[in-house]
Amino acid sequence: MTFWFVQTLNGVSYGMLLFLLAAGLSLIFGLMKVLNLTHGSFYLLGGYFGLAVVHKTGSFVLAVLGASIAVAGIGIVMERFFLRRLHLEELPQALVTFGFLFIFSDLATVIWGGDPQTMPKPEFFSSSMQLGAFYYPTYRLFIIGFGLAVAALLWWLQDGTRIGAMVRASVDDEEVARALGINVSLLFTLVFALGAFLAALGGVMGGPIVGMYPGADFQVLLLGFVVVIIGGLGSLKGALIGGLIVGLLDNFGKVFFPELALFTIFAPMALILAIRPSGLFGRE
Amino acid sequence: MSAHSSTPMTTWRGLTAILIVGILALAALPYVLSTYYLGLVVEMMIFALFAMSLDLLIGYTGMASLGHAAYFGVAAYATGLLALRLGWDVWLALPAGLLVAALTATLFGLLALRTRGTYFLMITLALSQVAWGIAFGWRSLTGGDDGLPNVPRPDLTPHWSLTDDTTFYYFVLILAGIGTLLLIRIVSSPFGYALRGIRESETRMSALGYNVWRYRLAAFVLSAIFAGLAGCLYVYYTRFVSPDYLQVVRSAEVLLMVILGGAGTLIGPAIGAALIVLLENMISAYTERWLVVLGVIYILVALFAPRGIVGFVRERHAKRAEP
Repeated sequence: MTFWFVQTLNGVSYGMLLFLLAAGLSLIFGLMKVLNLTHGSFYLLGGYFGLAVVHKTGSFVLAVLGASIAVAGIGIVMERFFLRRLHLEELPQALVTFGFLFIFSDLATVIWGGDPQTMPKPEFFSSSMQLGAFYYPTYRLFIIGFGLAVAALLWWLQDGTRIGAMVRASVDDEEVARALGINVSLLFTLVFALGAFLAALGGVMGGPIVGMYPGADFQVLLLGFVVVIIGGLGSLKGALIGGLIVGLLDNFGKVFFPELALFTIFAPMALILAIRPSGLFGRE
Repeated sequence: MSAHSSTPMTTWRGLTAILIVGILALAALPYVLSTYYLGLVVEMMIFALFAMSLDLLIGYTGMASLGHAAYFGVAAYATGLLALRLGWDVWLALPAGLLVAALTATLFGLLALRTRGTYFLMITLALSQVAWGIAFGWRSLTGGDDGLPNVPRPDLTPHWSLTDDTTFYYFVLILAGIGTLLLIRIVSSPFGYALRGIRESETRMSALGYNVWRYRLAAFVLSAIFAGLAGCLYVYYTRFVSPDYLQVVRSAEVLLMVILGGAGTLIGPAIGAALIVLLENMISAYTERWLVVLGVIYILVALFAPRGIVGFVRERHAKRAEP
């Protein structure tokens, strides 16, 4: 019983990190039709930047904010000066985002070395908490709560604000949105920056439990893909549900079939592809 | 455009003529080049074949795969393992490698071909990472991260092994040449023209009575077989295979070769492959940061040469033709 409870919570907390990653991936695709292969790098850079800030200032809050804002800045530069010129050109976009992926990946190895690193947990959440009959680390509970809060905030942003309405209009019909006077180009930059911000947020928050290491960028990118393939590209709900599904599958897969961990993720993905090629909540 | 005014037959003849001249020139190289440069040309030929195989998908059928290294890699593993563990000679190990590539592609194709566009990009990448995960995780078979060293050079007969560099060069030249001829044959056949039709408009092709799904699967599997041939040659060349062979970096690299050269032309991707192999060898001599340099090349190509070298030359040509 304890086992199931603890492992489920582990899976859900990891799923929340994947949600942070996939939400950006999905938003960016939904609006700009860009498949952002640099998204895993945003996650990893977020983690490394966060670590640097923690070492300098000792503050976890500053690390979260500083790293996410810095990575959002990188996102803005990428969108403004590179992706914008390749609007709706699928393959050149893939090349550019691949290019940044390789550059960031190599530079990260130069700067932070090849050894895995973990971030210290914030003081306040460093202990365990009694839940009924057993103890559970509060930090993971904090991640779950934090992920849900971000999800709620994104929902409100999308469905309850003027800017969300403009984004939805541009997703539905970019031409008409432009004709109505919506500054779609500005929205592109904002959404790309937001996506980068969320990925970096996932990287910093995941720092204490998953850590940072070379190759993590590819790994989380792949998991992010699986999340949006299962949940459906362009859907916030899909990113959340998909994130939770993949988080749980990954966690239980690693516990029960450590040698075949990837299969526990990919078999369900294949199944969903076979039944619903556009994902659970994707638009046809 | 000039490509459209020529009939399939003249294209086929013209290309064959260029190819024969090219093959003759390549055949003379061992008399001119040192062992090091001969090795470089072997690598160029192998990657040219690999890039052309991907072009069959991207340039001719309009399906951009981001996981093409999977087929290169599984064929390399199959051939390498059979040669290393069971001592199979090239006549058995190489076809077995191609068969494994074809079977993998059939399996992956059944899933990936349900989707299009961005989903197709993502799924081919994800599936290739599964293959990578197996190569990385199944240590008892694949040696995991360490890979499989000491794969023997192919034996043509029990007494005739291609250990000598010049003989091996000819072995690669002949097989890559055959592969290229077959690819040219395929793209200039009615089947190849049906693939171009699918690239332009799937709905129109189904309206004309083509079973689009079957054509796409056939293109997918064929392309994987040629990628597999490149993989088999490469494992014999390096005498080594590791999970890097089917990693996304390699899939991206071959995509770059195709686009840099010019998708949809066969000759373009071959040029692109030769250039990237050359650059990689030159640059790695000076710096360990090849990946950064490669990344910059990706970005520059995407921004300034999205139609590739061949596309660039053609545009210049077209401008001169109509002043």
